[in-house]
Amino acid sequence: MGAGMKPLLVESVTKNFGGFNALNGVTLDFEPGERRAIIGPNGAGKTTLFNVITGVLPPSAGRVVLFGRDVTRLPMHRRSALGLARTFQINTLFPKLTITENVALAVQAQTRLRYVCYRPWRAYRALTERCDALLTAWGLWDLRDARVSELSYGDQRQVEIVLAMATQPKVLLLDEPTAGLSTAETAVVTALIKQLDPSITIVLIEHDMDVALHLAERITVLHYGEKVAEGSPEEIKTNPLVAEIYLGAGLT
Amino acid sequence: MRRSTLIAAVILAVLVVWPFVVPAYTRGLMIQTLILAIFAMSLDVQLGYTGLPSLGHAAYFGAAGFTAALLILHVTTNFWPILAACLGVAALGAALFGLLALQTTGAYFLMITLALAQVLWGLAFKWRSFTGGEDGLPGVSRPDLKLPISLWNDTTFYFFVLITFLISTALLLLLVRSPFGQALKGVRENALRMRALGYNVWLFKYLGFIIAGVFAGVAGMLFVFYNGHVSASDLSITMSGRVLLMVILGGTGTLVGPIFGSFAIVFLENEISSQIERWPIVMGAIYIAVVLFAPQGVIGLLKSWSARWGRA
Amino acid sequence: MAYWLTQTFNGLTFGMLLFLLAAGLSLIFGLMRIVNLAHGSFYLLGAYLALTVSQLTGSFLLAVLGAAAVVACLGIVIERLFLRRVQNQELPQVLLTFGFIFVLEDIALWLWGAIPTLLEKPVLFAGSLQIGGIVVPSYRILIVVVGLLIAAALWALQSRTRIGAIIRASVDDEEMARGLGINTPRMFTWMFALGCFLAALGGVMGGALVGMYPGAGFEILVLALVVVIVGGLGSLRGAFIGSLLVGLLDNFGKALFPELSLFTIFAPMAIVLAVKPTGLFGRA
Repeated sequence: MGAGMKPLLVESVTKNFGGFNALNGVTLDFEPGERRAIIGPNGAGKTTLFNVITGVLPPSAGRVVLFGRDVTRLPMHRRSALGLARTFQINTLFPKLTITENVALAVQAQTRLRYVCYRPWRAYRALTERCDALLTAWGLWDLRDARVSELSYGDQRQVEIVLAMATQPKVLLLDEPTAGLSTAETAVVTALIKQLDPSITIVLIEHDMDVALHLAERITVLHYGEKVAEGSPEEIKTNPLVAEIYLGAGLT
Repeated sequence: MRRSTLIAAVILAVLVVWPFVVPAYTRGLMIQTLILAIFAMSLDVQLGYTGLPSLGHAAYFGAAGFTAALLILHVTTNFWPILAACLGVAALGAALFGLLALQTTGAYFLMITLALAQVLWGLAFKWRSFTGGEDGLPGVSRPDLKLPISLWNDTTFYFFVLITFLISTALLLLLVRSPFGQALKGVRENALRMRALGYNVWLFKYLGFIIAGVFAGVAGMLFVFYNGHVSASDLSITMSGRVLLMVILGGTGTLVGPIFGSFAIVFLENEISSQIERWPIVMGAIYIAVVLFAPQGVIGLLKSWSARWGRA
Repeated sequence: MAYWLTQTFNGLTFGMLLFLLAAGLSLIFGLMRIVNLAHGSFYLLGAYLALTVSQLTGSFLLAVLGAAAVVACLGIVIERLFLRRVQNQELPQVLLTFGFIFVLEDIALWLWGAIPTLLEKPVLFAGSLQIGGIVVPSYRILIVVVGLLIAAALWALQSRTRIGAIIRASVDDEEMARGLGINTPRMFTWMFALGCFLAALGGVMGGALVGMYPGAGFEILVLALVVVIVGGLGSLRGAFIGSLLVGLLDNFGKALFPELSLFTIFAPMAIVLAVKPTGLFGRA
């Protein structure tokens, strides 16, 4: 990777759903290690943007560039292999497996180990040790043998982030990591995100303006599928257009 | 873990001793149970672990059966090349059908696996000169192991089947606990997350599908050795439905469940068909009852009971 | 030349018969996502019931109506008491209908025995006509007429009535249909009954053409499944064109390559699957 290469570039991406443009010519670029928040009212196209970046949806026009490589036509799992990871707005976990098994699936995801079929996965020390380390670091050690379906919503939200981090990504997309959490839980998750390796580029969608302003160095505002503002938290806070959108939409 | 080891040891002891104390007829049913248990476990890998229900699993069972019968009748009685050919044919069949079926999901997948299996059934049923049509191919002798034991002796044959069953069970148990097996469970639980983590979900489904087909082939081959006969009914929907019932009755995603299911169905069928004239009605009622009253299977029921007891 | 014309005509008439089954199968699948394996048993039951009714009354028309009505009622019972309880669970639904194959076919065997029988053709259509140099049995013409009438009626139902609009909405998005205050459960019951009615109607028509014997229901079910897979699940147009295609393939297959006759149907199906998994007229 050459110096100054953008980890992620979104170039005039449009996504059309049956005549309706969920995204309309959106261009974004990100610096290595940047913390970026994407905000905007419901239906602004934030999650659609994530789905186009990760490959859940193909864009109708435009391209996505990851570490200088055009990945617009690459399937989702190939993009992950390049160092892209994400969480989902709605918990997307393996409900019937234990927390450890969930994390182990993420840890082995990009290793040759995933095709090994003749030895129990618990026999691989490197794998179990990585799982243990992650579970300890994220304060989930006591819950390691519980099934995900038995966890509280707040704990599930954390497992979402652990799974993404377990693949050791270089670009991490967080889709409303604090959605539905209590104030106390939000504070915990916010602190954990804040501690993440500073070399990782983090893009997060956030509804909670306080969280967005606290975590991000730069903020992009989407409205009706278009980028309407971008800047530092201070600039966004004082941007009259943003105030109008948010007041108009009846949000804080 | 301890308790399950003990149970396994007891069952194994019973399996070793039983053939010497029961009449030959019951021993025959035991052989069928073991063979169909391999078949049912193979479907469980696909249905219970990978989350791909199939209405055409008998395709690989029957294709391997016909392969074994045709080789023995026309080419060789040497067991080892026959084994290789049966595994190859089952794998090839599953690889081909998997390519077509995995383009779809859900009810479509069910329908397409059924239709594809019917393709082979149609061939076997109508292509008289090659497959014997409705009558099938009788007079298939047991193969020669090239070892100083003969499969013509019924006790030896029982142990031959038992050992094959144990090897298959061990391999499948290792498989479902391996990193690969965990990935299959992940595909079943949440394909979107698997993709986001970097797994090629299609490939894992495809591999799971082929592995299930290969073990179905092992069972199909043994079934022909046991019966000395193969016919289109070995690849019919009746056979596919029967193995599905075994898996569901026992409990999906458990491997033990299908073994129990095979045992229950083989002995039940035998009892009912010898006692009741209108036995298909009873069999139909069993399908309906299992679906309505025991959808998680016997293992599922046992688990929920023991959970309730544990709490009380 | 006359040979080819006769074969083509026979293929088309058999296709029309298949359409009666495939239309119901496709409707039930499109609306409820149920792969109804018992559909062939409804067909066979319809044929046998018609045999009894026509023996009692001597009327073909009464036999048609009576058999179809009884089977439709049976369909309502099965949908209400059994399928309803495993709604939206594909595998349990399929296994349930599979269980009903055993039950229904064995009841048929019990009541009507194992000897293949042919339903008496209605007197009016027992003869044959000479059309353009070939001899055409008038009963086959009746099948074509019935098939076309049913196709037209279903088309009108689907595109011209409120019920049709509801069906289309339910196929596209059941939750939305529910949200619009449409009672989908009752809808499902009626449509399932309609499917059974058509299957039994097919049974009566087929009973006088190909006859009934144990296993006949399943045989024709497999062909009807191929029709909906080729035509596209849930598509009426697909079921119609698919039926004619499969009818022709079946007839020419049997005439030209008797040993591979089923294969001449299944091979094209596999090709369609490979190229367009949702069928020729199916939506993704």
